[in-house]
Amino acid sequence: MLEKAIVCGCSAIGAGLAMIAGIGPGIGEGYAVGRACEAIGRQPEAKGDVTSTMLLGCAVAETTGIYGFIVALILLFVNPWVKQF
Amino acid sequence: MDISITGAKIFFTIPIFGGIPITETLVNTWLIMAAITGLCIWLTRDLKVHATSKKQIVAEFLVKAAYGLVEGNMGKRFRHFTPFIATLISFLALSNLSSMLGLYAPTAELSTELAFAILVFILITYYKFKAGGPLGYVKGFLEPIPILLPFNIISEISTPVSMAFRHFGNIASGGVITALVYAALAAANRMLFGWLPGFLGQLLGSIPFLQVGIPAVLSIYFDVFSGCLQAYIFTMLTMMYIASAAGEEEAA
Repeated sequence: MLEKAIVCGCSAIGAGLAMIAGIGPGIGEGYAVGRACEAIGRQPEAKGDVTSTMLLGCAVAETTGIYGFIVALILLFVNPWVKQF
Repeated sequence: MDISITGAKIFFTIPIFGGIPITETLVNTWLIMAAITGLCIWLTRDLKVHATSKKQIVAEFLVKAAYGLVEGNMGKRFRHFTPFIATLISFLALSNLSSMLGLYAPTAELSTELAFAILVFILITYYKFKAGGPLGYVKGFLEPIPILLPFNIISEISTPVSMAFRHFGNIASGGVITALVYAALAAANRMLFGWLPGFLGQLLGSIPFLQVGIPAVLSIYFDVFSGCLQAYIFTMLTMMYIASAAGEEEAA
């Protein structure tokens, strides 16, 4: 019982820690969007191109955050260690 | 407080090959496929040479937009890819939007995206083979220096994995956050009205007033904005990877 409680608690802490990965994409996407705004300010006629490129770049930058989220999901819902006890 | 975050429900199991589970994902996938097919049949019925009906104008606009998207991102030589790309974007967008109707979005399960991503991976590999031949394909892993071979293999495999995880993560995180906000609003509702004395407190506390309205904003963000954006991004990445795998366009 105690072992299971420890595993469950540590898994929850681990899931929380995994979501720290959200910081990186947040900073990166904010930087990208800021630069895109600058670019649109300089060249308003290129708005469409800049926006679509920015969205694509944001999506790629998001990947690491998504990996963290998936680790958190696995720890919370399909935890491989809980079944051992 | 009950928070229920579940995967797809299993309706029944076909008892062959050790049991094939028929899940909500499969059923909804077929529903969306039927919806797209029905829409296409309805849009393309009795077409005229000169568009007179609104229906035909919409259909022509959609086809032109699909061709424009593919030619703008992949070049003229990939014109024949348009049906594939249009199918991909319409299926992904409709399945992301289907969660607004209360259906379980097929894209909220990793298998759907992984299937698409593996398809894209096969196409990328095929075009790399076609562009450089088997030797050129192997040689591509040894560039710029042979020591980078393991990293090149990892980056090759991580392409479909990251595409699938990106789409899945965005849709699944929307579902998780919406479920958490629903539960939090129910708890806040009980705290706000539950202290009222006697029957009134019980009555008002049990009716989830706060659950009206606020989740709609979340739904607009996660279902409409994020759903359409992820469908667009998956398609754009597909086009870019395939176009870059095929190499530079020969000067015609």
